[in-house]
Order: sequence, then structure tokens, then C-alpha cells
Amino acid sequence: MTQPRVELLFWDGCPSHPQALEELRAAMAELGLDPDQVLVREVDTEQRADRERFVGSPTVRIDGVDIQDPGEEPVALTCRVYHRRDGRVSPVPDPADVRDALRNAMTTRSRS
Amino acid sequence: MSTAIGTEAPTFTLPDTEGSGHSPGDAPATLVVFTCNHCPYALAWHDRIAAIARDYDDVKVLAINPNDAERYPRDSFDAMRERVTGDGGWPMPYLRDESQEVARAYGAKTTPDCFVIDAQGRIAYRGAPDADYQDPSLNAAWLREALDAVLAGSEPERAQTDPVGCSIKWK
Repeated sequence: MTQPRVELLFWDGCPSHPQALEELRAAMAELGLDPDQVLVREVDTEQRADRERFVGSPTVRIDGVDIQDPGEEPVALTCRVYHRRDGRVSPVPDPADVRDALRNAMTTRSRS
Repeated sequence: MSTAIGTEAPTFTLPDTEGSGHSPGDAPATLVVFTCNHCPYALAWHDRIAAIARDYDDVKVLAINPNDAERYPRDSFDAMRERVTGDGGWPMPYLRDESQEVARAYGAKTTPDCFVIDAQGRIAYRGAPDADYQDPSLNAAWLREALDAVLAGSEPERAQTDPVGCSIKWK
């Protein structure tokens, strides 16, 4: 099985990306993936946010799929709102959601 | 421009979501919180700040949204009004700093960024509500410590902490 393509997009105006990267790498290591393979990319202009369809920092994509459906969220250089599984608002995804998204991508790849 | 602990707090009058004007002062203590609708840090701390407004009858709590609503429509005056109405009302007024002059006068950096003002109108505390936005049990302890000290006529032992949150969206 090849490793899923894992990307973390961030905007430096939001302080949440170091925590998000740490938790993303921990989830990858837990699932036997190489945590150093995360592609970390900064989104620093509104033009780039438009091109990337970036709805907030941090954004985690696995094989191109956002781990939280952006829905109708507008493109913006801003902090992104996530919800923990217990309902609390958070600036980073719930680690359990990150693990589930990684597992789903691994399962999809193992079937193809 | 910014404010330092012990200096006179900038005064202002800003409209709330019903159009009524509010100013700091005329109270034993005032808590000014720069906040907004779209920032996860501000949202995570919101209930703890609202609890202070409910718990401290003699403290004037003013929540101020200074963000550029053109680029961040979720922070528009209409969106502020909808949020307060949707919550069934807030225990403190939610003020609009359309010109961003108040945020600039205070040197506010983030949402949230909190300022406790004593009865003489001086800044007694500036910073975060508590040590961890993820932990509701902290209950805005740093703000409560500062308010308790001011209400007791003394100076907070912890007068300044680093504000944590989303950068204010300047025009």
C-alpha cells in the first residue's frame, strides 16, 4: 500500500497550525504512516487562498479530500472553526476525526 | 497606539446590536473583551466570558467586535445581531467597532483580547481569559482573579498575559 498524500495548509495569521501539525503527525505515526511525509504549505495571500479554495487555517487534505467538508464556507484568510466530538468549538480538528480520515484513505487505497 | 498596565484606558461609546450606546466606566470594574463571530478561539472562550457577566453583577462587561466585515461578512453588524438573537440574548452588550478606532486605541491584537479596567479608569489586566481555550473548567480564571483584585481595591498579581486567538482583521 502506498502512503496517502497528506497535506496541511495553513495561514500564519492563525496560531493553530503547530498544534494541528503535531496532532496530524501523531495520528499518522499511530497508523503506521510516515509522519515526515506531510506536505505543509502556507497560504499567504487572498489570491492563493482563491486558487487553493482555502476556507481557513488549518486545512487538512488527504488524497485531496478535506477532512471536514467545507460546504459553503467562503474562501478566506482566517482561522477555521472545527468541532470536537464532544461538541466543543476548536481551532483544530478532533484527532479522532483525523485518524478516521486517514484510515478511510488507507482503506480506499488498499482496495484500488 | 497601545495601552500599558496602570495607564488610563481609552474611553469610547459604541453601539450594541440594538443600537444603544455603551461606554466603559461608572462601575467598580469594567471588562472590555475584543471578540468576534468567526474565530474559533473567541467562540471557545465565549461561554466563560458570558459566565463572568452573569456572575459579577457589579462589573460592566463590554464585548466588542472590531473586525473588517467587508472581507469577513460573518462579523457584520447584521450577523452580530443574528447571533445574539439566536442565543436568546447575551448577558453583556455586543458592540460594533466599525471604524476599528477603539481596537487601535487599546492596541488589541487578537480575538479574544481582554482588558480589565478599575474604578479609576486604569488598565489593571490585559491578556487571555485563562490558560487554555480547550479547557472550560478553567472558567476564565485569569479574568476572575483580576476582577476580584480590582473589586477588593488591589492590583492583580497577574496583570498581563499573552492574548491568544485570531488576529484582528484590520481594514
